[in-house]
Amino acid sequence: MADEVILLDLWASMFGMRTRIALAEKKVKYEYREEDLENKSSLLLEMNPVHKKIPVLIHNGKSVCESLIQVEYIDETWPGDNSLLPSDPYQRAHARFWGDFIDKKVNVTARRIWATKGEEQEASNELIEILKTLEAELGDKHYFGGETFGYVDIALIGFYSWFGVYDKFGNISIESECSKLIAWAKRCMQRESVAKALPETEKVTTFISQCLGLE
Amino acid sequence: MAEKEEVKLLGIWASPFSRRIEMALKLKGIPYDYVEEILEHKSPLLLALNPIHKKVPVLVHNGKTILESQVLLQYIDETWKQNPILPEDPYERSKARFLAKLVDEQIITAGFVSMARADEKGREALAEQTRELIMNLEKELVGKDFFGGKSVGFLDLVAGSMIPFCLERGWEGMGLKVITEEKFPEYSRWVKNLEKVEAVKDCIPPREKHVEHMNYMGERIRSA
Repeated sequence: MADEVILLDLWASMFGMRTRIALAEKKVKYEYREEDLENKSSLLLEMNPVHKKIPVLIHNGKSVCESLIQVEYIDETWPGDNSLLPSDPYQRAHARFWGDFIDKKVNVTARRIWATKGEEQEASNELIEILKTLEAELGDKHYFGGETFGYVDIALIGFYSWFGVYDKFGNISIESECSKLIAWAKRCMQRESVAKALPETEKVTTFISQCLGLE
Repeated sequence: MAEKEEVKLLGIWASPFSRRIEMALKLKGIPYDYVEEILEHKSPLLLALNPIHKKVPVLVHNGKTILESQVLLQYIDETWKQNPILPEDPYERSKARFLAKLVDEQIITAGFVSMARADEKGREALAEQTRELIMNLEKELVGKDFFGGKSVGFLDLVAGSMIPFCLERGWEGMGLKVITEEKFPEYSRWVKNLEKVEAVKDCIPPREKHVEHMNYMGERIRSA
């Protein structure tokens, strides 16, 4: 029986990008459906009744919600020879810790730069600190997992397409503050799964500017 | 025969996050050294081992440090294979992880953090919100002794340490009745099942002292 895989998503969602990348890395065929958050589909509301949010992964009629949970589900369901998580329990715990860190810190802070009035300065300073912490964790490695692209890279890379938004509204330059992280992002962008999943930075920046009524 | 393993847990008696680790270690029959931390006077060891979050629980296993309670539970399950706590099936695992996230994020926020800051009317509204969230767990328990089926699993440890053996003490302190047996028969049955499991029972913080502690935590939240 063929697998039926549907992804309910939004093109600009850095969380949806994680799932798109994981599916592409595993070469899973799926149907992408763009949601309109102002007019959520009945399928979205049925498949994620608790949060009513994207991304939602529907595999043979069963829904998996929350992007990092989806990434693990994809890794476990389609094992193949390219694991997204390391096999050693300690390395796995290390990867999950950083995935959790990214989830707890990055968006919460970054959102305040453009979505909350008057907090741009404070939030952008905080974001730079968070990115520097991640940069320190990356160190001189090719990817967060070492030689292999994996879970932590997938957790973070979607935010790269939003760096233009944070730069513009926070009046900062992430490139000059975190050059090693930018180098890592560019390495990730060399991967087909990432290049196809991430929208162009300019498109995201224009979209947000329009949302805020500035363009 | 393996040489003696070093397993050291830094925790706080009242923390549901460290209690659930103790439960897991006991369930698996893993001997460990326990270091009691004090919230207001964190030890230099804790700060050195967890510089980013400065929180318990911290597990040191043969010199390696593992942090974050849900990450820790999975580490323990993957390292010591007896009495598995995560489901085998990827879909069931994803459901357990999803509901565990709900407990540690939305349920603790509506069910305590926001409540601590709210007035009486606000608290009633948050209690209703909390009930709606816990209803997701209620539905999951139908026809099961535990979330893990016949035995205690990952979600039992996360939800058990948090709701009946922590948040309920907070609600008692605030004079709030959030869960009733009539509205939550499955949950109520599940709590009774949990209390019969030695590894869980041994790790429930003493009630009176805990209610007092939760009142103190509420004050800390309000003055932050």
